[in-house]
Amino acid sequence: MAISMNWVKEYVNLDDVDLKDLAKKITDSGVNVEHVTSNELNNLVVGEVLECEDIPDTHLHKCVVDTGLDKRQIVCGANNCRKGIKVIVSLPGAILPGGFEIKPSVIRGIESNGMLCALSELGLEEDTPENHAKGIFELPLDAPVGEDVVKYMALDDTIYELDLNPNRNIDCTNHIGFAYEVASVLGRKVTLPDLSTSPIKDSVTKHFSLEIDTPNCMMYNAKMVTGVKIKESPDFIKHRLIAAGMRPINNVVDISNYVMLEFGQPLHFFDKDKLGNKIKVRMATDKETIVTLDKKERELTNEDIVITDGKKPVCIAGVMGGENTEVDENTKDILIESAIFNSYNVRYTSLRLDLRSEASLRYERGLNYEYCNMAIERACHLLEKYADGKVLSDTITHDKIDKKVKVADVTLDDVNKTLGLSMTDEDVRRSLNNLGFEYKENKGTYTVTIPNRRLDVEPHRQDLIEEIGRLYGYDKIESKLPVVETKEGNYIGSVKIRKQITKRLRALGLNECRTYTLISDEENELFKYNRQEPIELLRPMSNDKKVIRQSLVSSLLKTYEYNKSRNVKDVMIYEIANTYYNKTEEDTKIAILMKGNYINSSWNPNGIKVDFYLLKGILENLLDYLGLKNRYQLTAKEIDGIHPGISAEITLDREPIGYMGRIHPNIAKDEIYVLEISMTKLVDKKIKPIKYKEISKYPSIMKDLAFIIKKDVTSGELEDTIKRSGGKLLTNIDVFDVYTGENVKDDEKSIAYSLTFSDPTKTLSDEEVMQVFNKIIEDVSKKHNAVLRDK
Amino acid sequence: MKEKVESIKSELAKDLENVNTTQEVGNLKVKYLGKKGLVTELTSNMKDLSIEEKKEVGRLSNEVKNYVTEELTKLEEEINKKELEKKLASEKIDISLPSTKVNIGGANILEKLIEEVEELAMSMGYDVVEGPEVEKDLYNFELLNLPKGHPARDAQDTFYTEGDTWLLRSQTSPVQIRTMLANEEKTPIRIICPGKTYRRDDDDATHSHQFTQIEGLLVDKDISLANLKATFDIIAKKLFGNDRETRFRPSFYPFTEPSVEMDISCFNCGGKGCNICKGTGWITVGGAGIVHHNVLDNCGYDSNKWTGFAFGFGAERLAMLKYGITDIRTFYTNDLRNKETFDRKEAE
Repeated sequence: MAISMNWVKEYVNLDDVDLKDLAKKITDSGVNVEHVTSNELNNLVVGEVLECEDIPDTHLHKCVVDTGLDKRQIVCGANNCRKGIKVIVSLPGAILPGGFEIKPSVIRGIESNGMLCALSELGLEEDTPENHAKGIFELPLDAPVGEDVVKYMALDDTIYELDLNPNRNIDCTNHIGFAYEVASVLGRKVTLPDLSTSPIKDSVTKHFSLEIDTPNCMMYNAKMVTGVKIKESPDFIKHRLIAAGMRPINNVVDISNYVMLEFGQPLHFFDKDKLGNKIKVRMATDKETIVTLDKKERELTNEDIVITDGKKPVCIAGVMGGENTEVDENTKDILIESAIFNSYNVRYTSLRLDLRSEASLRYERGLNYEYCNMAIERACHLLEKYADGKVLSDTITHDKIDKKVKVADVTLDDVNKTLGLSMTDEDVRRSLNNLGFEYKENKGTYTVTIPNRRLDVEPHRQDLIEEIGRLYGYDKIESKLPVVETKEGNYIGSVKIRKQITKRLRALGLNECRTYTLISDEENELFKYNRQEPIELLRPMSNDKKVIRQSLVSSLLKTYEYNKSRNVKDVMIYEIANTYYNKTEEDTKIAILMKGNYINSSWNPNGIKVDFYLLKGILENLLDYLGLKNRYQLTAKEIDGIHPGISAEITLDREPIGYMGRIHPNIAKDEIYVLEISMTKLVDKKIKPIKYKEISKYPSIMKDLAFIIKKDVTSGELEDTIKRSGGKLLTNIDVFDVYTGENVKDDEKSIAYSLTFSDPTKTLSDEEVMQVFNKIIEDVSKKHNAVLRDK
Repeated sequence: MKEKVESIKSELAKDLENVNTTQEVGNLKVKYLGKKGLVTELTSNMKDLSIEEKKEVGRLSNEVKNYVTEELTKLEEEINKKELEKKLASEKIDISLPSTKVNIGGANILEKLIEEVEELAMSMGYDVVEGPEVEKDLYNFELLNLPKGHPARDAQDTFYTEGDTWLLRSQTSPVQIRTMLANEEKTPIRIICPGKTYRRDDDDATHSHQFTQIEGLLVDKDISLANLKATFDIIAKKLFGNDRETRFRPSFYPFTEPSVEMDISCFNCGGKGCNICKGTGWITVGGAGIVHHNVLDNCGYDSNKWTGFAFGFGAERLAMLKYGITDIRTFYTNDLRNKETFDRKEAE
C-alpha cells in the first residue's frame, strides 16, 4: 500500500515532522513502512515554446524554448509540440526516474540542450501506449516561465510504501486510517475532511426505491447527484491517485477511487438513466449471467450477491459493476452506492471469478459502517465541487449493522505481567490517549471503548495490552528467563528412534538427504512396493508436484542422478521422511541408496564396491543396533522397480516391513542398490535391556565343510538346517567360499561353511563335536539333496 | 698345532672378506665348525695324544672355535642388519599419495542446524515433538484463531488434499494444538516442534513450496514477553555468536497477541549496517508472541489461569544466514560435494 504523505497532512499536522524519522517511529510501533520515497525530481522548470519547426524527413521538431534563464534549442519528438505552449523542461543535470540523466546532445546533427517532458517520463503517470500518445505535458498558459515545476505542480510529495500485517490491512489501507496511526505515534489529533454539500430540494427517495432481499447485505446507502460534467480531475486528485498507485481516468471515476483511498470504503457509481428507478439486492440465481465492465460475460452462482434493477443484475456486489449501467462520457445523473456486504461472499466470488481488485480486497477485509456513511457524503461533496454535480437531498438507506460497542477491561497489572515491563498508570493513560481509545478508570481498572475504525482490535485485555505495549515500545522490555519447573527435555514418540537410526546410518557412511514430499505421478509409479491409494493435491501447482509420495526411492534416485551429472561417483545416501496414503494415513520410511565404492581410493585398486551383500550388511547392522537381532529375515521376492534376481522382501517378527535390491535396469542402467523399510513399524518394538554375557573360558573348536547343491537352493535354507542340527554347541556359522565352475555341474554350486562349536561349561571333546558334525552332514544331505564335497 | 691354528685363522680372515650373504655365512659355519670342519678336525686324533698334549690341543682348539664362532656371528649380524636395511629401503612408500577415503556419512545441512536447536532446547527442558504433515484444517487454521475466510489465510496459500478439511500443513503450529489437546491433565507445556511445511510458492532462490519451521511453545503461569526475550537471547547467541543483541518489533500473528518479530544484531557488520542487514544493523530471524487467549481456550487451557509464549523460526532462513547460503534450493538438491564443507564440528 502506497501512502501519499501530502494527503495525510490534510488530516494530521506534520509541519514540524521529519518524514524519515516518522517512518521509523511508525515502523517501530508496528506498522511497517518499507520504503520512503521522496520525489527527487530536480532541474525541472516551466518553459515556453517560442519557435517550433519540423526537421525534414523525421517526426522531430527543432524548438527554441524560453526557460526564464535563457532561450535554448531543444529537439522534441512529440506530435503535440508547437509554438506558444507552456511545457515542462528538464535541463541538463536532471535525473529522471530510472536514472536517466539529461545531457546536452546532438540529434540528427542538431544541438539539443534539454528535454520537453511527458508526465509518464517523470513517473507521474503510468507508461502506457495511451499516455505515450498524449505527447508532452502542456502546462496551463498562465504558468510562470522559469518556475520550478516541482513547486508549481506540488509534486514534492513523500510516499510511504507500507508492508502491512493482515490485521492492519483493514485500517491502514486508507489515508484517514493511516493518519490515525500517525497521530497515535505523535500524540496528535486527526481532523476529518469536509463532508458538506448544498443539496437541492429534490429528494432521492422520489427517484428510487430500495429492496434488500439478502442478509448478506448489511448496509446499503444510495445518494443521487445530477448534472455532472465528465472532465479531467483537478491536479491534486490526479497526483494523489498516481502517488497511491492508481491511474487517473476522469473526474467522476477518480472521485470514486479518491474516496476509497481516503476512507477505505469502495463506492460504486451507476448511470441513473441506464439503471431506472429501482434497486434490489439479492443473491444471484445459478447460471444467471452479467456482462461486467471489462466486457466479459460472467456466469453467477447462488453464493454471489448481486445488485439488480429489480430484474436483471447490474453489478456483482463488491466485485465489479455491469456494463449495462456503466458511467460514460455522456453520463449526467449518477446513483452512488456505499455499502457493506458479507465479506465471505465477496471473497468467494472474487476468487472464483479471478476478479480481485482494490475494492474487493477491502470488502473482504471488513468495513467500518461509520466510514461507509461518511464516504458517500464525501463523494457528493467532491462531485459537487469538481464535477459540477447537484446533490439531491436525503439518502436511501438499509442498515442492519450490529452496532454493539466494543468494550474491554484492562489493568496496569495485566499490562506489566504480560509484557514483563514496569509501566505506570501514567504510561497506560498516555498510550490510550494517543491511540484515541476512550476509557474510564475505576480502582485501577481501565474500561476501554475500542473505536469502530479499529476492526482488528477485539474487546479483550490481550488486544489492549498489545496496543498499549506497541506504542510504549518493546525496546524497553528487559530479558528475564521464565520461572518454571526444572525438568529433562526429551525426544518424544517416534522422534527418538528416528534420531537413533539417523545417527547410526551416518556412522555407517551414509549421507542424509532432504527431498521434496510432492512428486509427479510418473515418479510415484516407479517403485510400487505395497502400493496403496496415493493422495493427490486438489489444486497442484504443476505436474511434477502433484502427489504426496509413497516411496522415497524415486527422490533418492533423482538425487543420485543430480550428483552423478556433477561427477560424484560414489553415492551413499539415505532419507527418513513421512509418506502418506489412503487420504490421511502416515508411514514414516527409511530409504537408502548406494552406488559405487563404499571405501574408495583414487589410485589404489583396493576399494570396496557396493553390492547387495554390502547393503544387506548395512541393514543388519542397523536392525541389530536397534536390538532386533534374529527377529528379521530376507526372502527373495520380485518387486516392482527392482531387478527380479536381486531383490528381497524384509520381514520383522514375520511382518513385511520393506524391500531391498538392485534398481531394475529398465529404470536405471547403473548398478544402484536401494532399500526401503517402514520406520513406523519399528517404533513400538519391545526389546530387552542390555545384560552382560560371559565369554566362554573354554576353547572352541572349528570345523569346515562344503556342500554341493542345486543352484536354486539358498544358503539361508542350508544354514537353517545346520543351525537346527547343530543345537546349542554350534555357536557360529560363516560362509567362506561360494563356488561354481570346474568339478561342479552347471546347475549346481558349492558352498563352504566354517562352523564353530563351544560349550560355556567345559572343554568339548572331539567325539562330542564329531557327533554333532556328522548329524549336520546327514541332515543337510537328506533335506537338501546335498553332497558333501571331498577335500 | 700352533701352525694349524694360525693357518685356520688366516684362511678365515680371507674367507670373511668374500662373504656377503647369510647363506655364505652358513657355508663358512659348515666349513669351519661342521662335523668335518677345519676346527673340528683339529681334535680328530685326540685319542692318540698324551694327557699333556690333549690339554694343549683342547685349549687351542677351543680358543680357535670361540674365535671363529665370534667372528662368524659378528659378520652374520652385520649382514642381517644390512639385509634388513636394504629390505626396509625397498619398502619405502610415497606418503604424499592420496589417502583411502573412509566414508563417514553426514547430516543434511538443515538437519544439522535443527539438531543444534533441539539440543539447546532440550537442555532447557523442552521436549521435541513432531506431528503429521497431512493435517486437518481444524488444527492448521481454525483452532489457531484462523477461521475460514480469515484474510490472514491468504498469506499461507495452502495445498488442500481433501475438500476444505484436509491439507498439507502450512505451518508447524498444529503440533502445538495437538500437544495442548492431548494433555488431558492440563499441566505446563514446554515443547519445540521442527518439521516440514508447505505453501503454494513457486520455487526460486528465496522461495520454496516445501520448507521447514522450528516452533516452540511454553505454557505455564505468569509468562511474559520478557521471558520470551530471554529465551530468544539464548537461541540467538547459540546460533549466531555470544555478542548478538536482540530486539522485538510489534507484528501480527493470528495465534499470538501481542505478536513480535524477533531481530538479532547483524553478525556481519555488528550493527553498523551492511548489505546483509540491508543497512539497518538488524536481521529478522523469526516471529513470536504471547499465546492468544482463543488458542488456549480452544485447547482447554483456561486463558484466565494460563499464559504462554510461542516462537517460530524458518529453519532454511536460519541456515542461510548462519552459513551464508544464498539459494534455498541448496537444502533440497543434496549436492554431496557440500559434505566437504559441513562434515566437521562447529566453531565455538
